[in-house]
Amino acid sequence: MTTAPGTTDLADETVVASERTADHTQRDLLRLATAGSVDDGKSTLIGRLLYDTKSVLADQLAAVERATAARGGGAVDLALLTDGLRSEREQGITIDVAYRYFSTATRAFVLADTPGHVQYTRNMVTGASTAELAIVLVDARKGVLEQTRRHATITALLGVPHVVLAVNKMDLVGFDEATFRSIADEFAAYAAQVGLDDVVAVPLSALDGDNVVERSARTPWYDGPTLLEHLEVVPVLRDPGTEAFRFPVQVVIRPRTSEHPDYRGYAGKIASGVVRVGDEVTVLPSGKSSVVTGIDTFDGPLDEAHAPRSVTLRLADDVDVARGDLVVPTGAQVTVAQELRGTVCWLAERRSVLGQRVLVRIGTRTVRALLREVDARLDVDGLVVERFTGVDTLHAVDATDTSSDAAPSALGLNAIGRVTLRLADAVPLDDYAEHRRTGGFLLVDPADGSTLAAGMVGATLLDRLAPQDDPADEADWLAGAGI
Amino acid sequence: MTLSPTFTQLDALESEAVHVMREVAGEFERPVLLFSGGKDSIVMLHLARKAFWPSPVPFTLMHVDTGHNFPEVIDYRDDVVERYGLRLVVASVQDAIDDGRVVERPDGSRNPLQTVPLLDGITQHRFDAVFGGGRRDEEKARAKERVFSLRDEFGQWDPRRQRPELWDLYNGRHKPGEHVRVFPLSNWTELDVWRYIEREEIDLPSIYYTHEREVFLRDGMWLAPGDWGGPRADEVLETRAVRYRTVGDMSCTGAVESVASTVADVIAEVAASRLTERGATRADDRASEAAMEDRKREGYF
Repeated sequence: MTTAPGTTDLADETVVASERTADHTQRDLLRLATAGSVDDGKSTLIGRLLYDTKSVLADQLAAVERATAARGGGAVDLALLTDGLRSEREQGITIDVAYRYFSTATRAFVLADTPGHVQYTRNMVTGASTAELAIVLVDARKGVLEQTRRHATITALLGVPHVVLAVNKMDLVGFDEATFRSIADEFAAYAAQVGLDDVVAVPLSALDGDNVVERSARTPWYDGPTLLEHLEVVPVLRDPGTEAFRFPVQVVIRPRTSEHPDYRGYAGKIASGVVRVGDEVTVLPSGKSSVVTGIDTFDGPLDEAHAPRSVTLRLADDVDVARGDLVVPTGAQVTVAQELRGTVCWLAERRSVLGQRVLVRIGTRTVRALLREVDARLDVDGLVVERFTGVDTLHAVDATDTSSDAAPSALGLNAIGRVTLRLADAVPLDDYAEHRRTGGFLLVDPADGSTLAAGMVGATLLDRLAPQDDPADEADWLAGAGI
Repeated sequence: MTLSPTFTQLDALESEAVHVMREVAGEFERPVLLFSGGKDSIVMLHLARKAFWPSPVPFTLMHVDTGHNFPEVIDYRDDVVERYGLRLVVASVQDAIDDGRVVERPDGSRNPLQTVPLLDGITQHRFDAVFGGGRRDEEKARAKERVFSLRDEFGQWDPRRQRPELWDLYNGRHKPGEHVRVFPLSNWTELDVWRYIEREEIDLPSIYYTHEREVFLRDGMWLAPGDWGGPRADEVLETRAVRYRTVGDMSCTGAVESVASTVADVIAEVAASRLTERGATRADDRASEAAMEDRKREGYF
C-alpha cells in the first residue's frame, strides 16, 4: 500500500509485500507499456522492477550472472534479465515487443516492453494498444528529446489514459531538483499539446534503484510517489457507469442438447460499460432491437456485468444475431456507415497503395474495403503534419516501388496517416477517442493474411494538429507550438 | 444499486482466455487443444468448458504421447475424455519411431522427439488452430510469443513473420497447410495457474501432490525409473516423498522433494520456490540457454 504523495515517511514506506506472501484474492491487473531506448536505461529499469518486486527467481538470476561474467564481469547487469532471443543478443538489439510479469500484494502487472530502435513506431503502437499506462523514459542528462516527443505522441494517438515520465539517471546529474523540474515542465507542456492529461513525473535511478520501488534518500526535495507506488494506485478500470455499453458478438451458443434444446445465447467480452438484465439493446448493423433476458456464465447467471467480463447474453426476441454484430444500448448514437475516416499506423514493409483492396477487422467483424485516400501524414519526430491535397485518389501506383517519390501519399513502414476507407458493407463505427475498445481496427492483406496497419476510427490527434478544411489553422498551430 | 463487483487479476486472465477461445471457435474450421494431462492443459480445458457453456467443448483434444507416460496422467486423461464427452486423438512418438519418422536418442529422452508426431498429427487431421498451454513467463523465447502464432507448413516459427497483435484483435488468417498456434494462457504466471486451480477447485492428476516414490538422482533432479533407461548402474534408487511440478516425458521430467498434499500447500511451496518450474524440472531446457528458441523454430509447442 502507498500513502498519499507528500505524507510518506521515508524510512517506513518501502513496503512492497511480495508476490510470495500476499493475499492475492483481491489483486487486480494493470497493463502497461514502456517507451524509451536502451540508452535511456529502459532495460535496466524493467530489470530493476522485476528484481525489486522479487519477480526474479534464482535460476533466472544465475543465468544473468553467468551472462554478465561471460561479457567480462562486473556488477550484475539487470538489463540482461529482459534480453530476449539469441539472435537479438548477438546483434545487441531487440526487435519486438516482449511481455514481462511482476506483481505486488495489491496488483499484478503485464508490461509490454517495446524496443527503441528500428520499427520503433510499430512496436510501440502495438505495446500501447492494450496499455492503461505508459512509462516514457528520459535520460536526465539529455532531457526531452525528439524521441521523447515521439513517444508522447504515440501514447496520445493510442489513447493511453495514464503516463509516467520516468526521469532516469538522476545519479548522473547529482539528483539535482532543478534539472528534474525543468524536464518535467517541458514534457508536461508538450503532453498537454497532444492531449495527454494525466502525467506524473518521477526522478529515479534505475541502476541504483532510487525511487523505482524503494524511496530514495537522495531526493529529499521529491515528495511524490515512487514509480511502483504510482503503478499500484493508478485506476485499472474506468468507472463502468461512465462508459457506454458495447458488446461485439463472438459466437452464437446453440447447444441443441437434450438438456438445452432451445438455448440460444450470444457469447462475447463486454468491450465497455455495463449491461443489466432488462436492458433494451439494439443489434448493429441490422438495427433490430430487443431486451436482455439473461446474462449467463458457467458459474451461474448474473443480474449485471461490466467490462471486460466475458459473458453470454440471451435476448427476448428471436432476432438474427451473428458473429461480427455489435450490441449497443437502444437509443445510442452510433454511426453505421460504409465510409471510414480514420488514422492508421502502417505496420508492413510494403507501402500502401491508393485503391488497394484490404480487409478491415473491426470488433469481431471482417469487411472488405478499398483504401480510397490518404490526405495527411504525421511526422512523429517533428510532430509535423504533411498534407496531400488534390491527390488523384485512384491513380495507379506500383506497390513494389519503394522510392519516396513513387506516390507522395503512400504510407511506408511506421508511417501514420489520415485515411478514408470505402467499406463493402455499412458497419457500426465508434470513434476511437471515445471508445478505445471498439474504435480500433486492423487492415489485413487479403492475399497473404498479414497485418498491414493498425487503425483508429476518427482522427482526433491529426485533426487537432492539422484540421482538414482550413490550412491556415495548421500554420497557426505549428507557430503556437514553437516547431 | 450495488457497487460494481471487484474484477480481480484472475477474473481478467480468465476473461481474456475465454475471449481467445471464442475467437478461435469463430474464425477457424478445425481447432484442436493439445492435452498432455499437465496442469496447464487441464486449465485450458476448464476454460474451454466455461467459454462455450452450455454447449459442449467444440474442440478435439490431441495428446502427443511419448510412450514414457505416468500412468496416473493417462488415467486422468481417459477419465476427462469420458466425463465431458470429448474426442481424443493420440499422436504417438512410439509409432513415429516404429515408422522410422524419428530416431530414438542415445539418452532415451523423448521430449525432443514430440515435434514430428505433433506436426504429422496436425497435418493428418488438417487442424488449423492448435491450442497450447505455453505461457510467456516460462522462458525467454516465449516472452515475445504472440497469442496467435503463425506456423508455416513445416510447423516452423519465424519470429520475423509474426504479426503485431493490437488491442484484442487477433488475426488468424493463414494459407492452406499453415496453422496457427494459440496460447490462451500467454499472460498467466505459474502462480496464477495454481491460484486459478485453487479458486476453481480443478482436479489434477495425483502426481502433482506429494507421494512416496522410488527415485534416483541424475543431474540434480529426482527421476523415476522406467524402461526408457534409468537408473544406470551408478545411480541409486531410494524412496522419497516427492511431487511433480510439470508433467512430461518420464525420462527428463524430474520430481521435487515435497510434502505438499493440497493445492494450498503447493501454492505456498511454489510461492517460496527459488527456481522457475522449467529450470527446476526440465533437463531439456537446461541443456542450452537457447534450447527453447531452437525447438520453437522447429515447430515444438
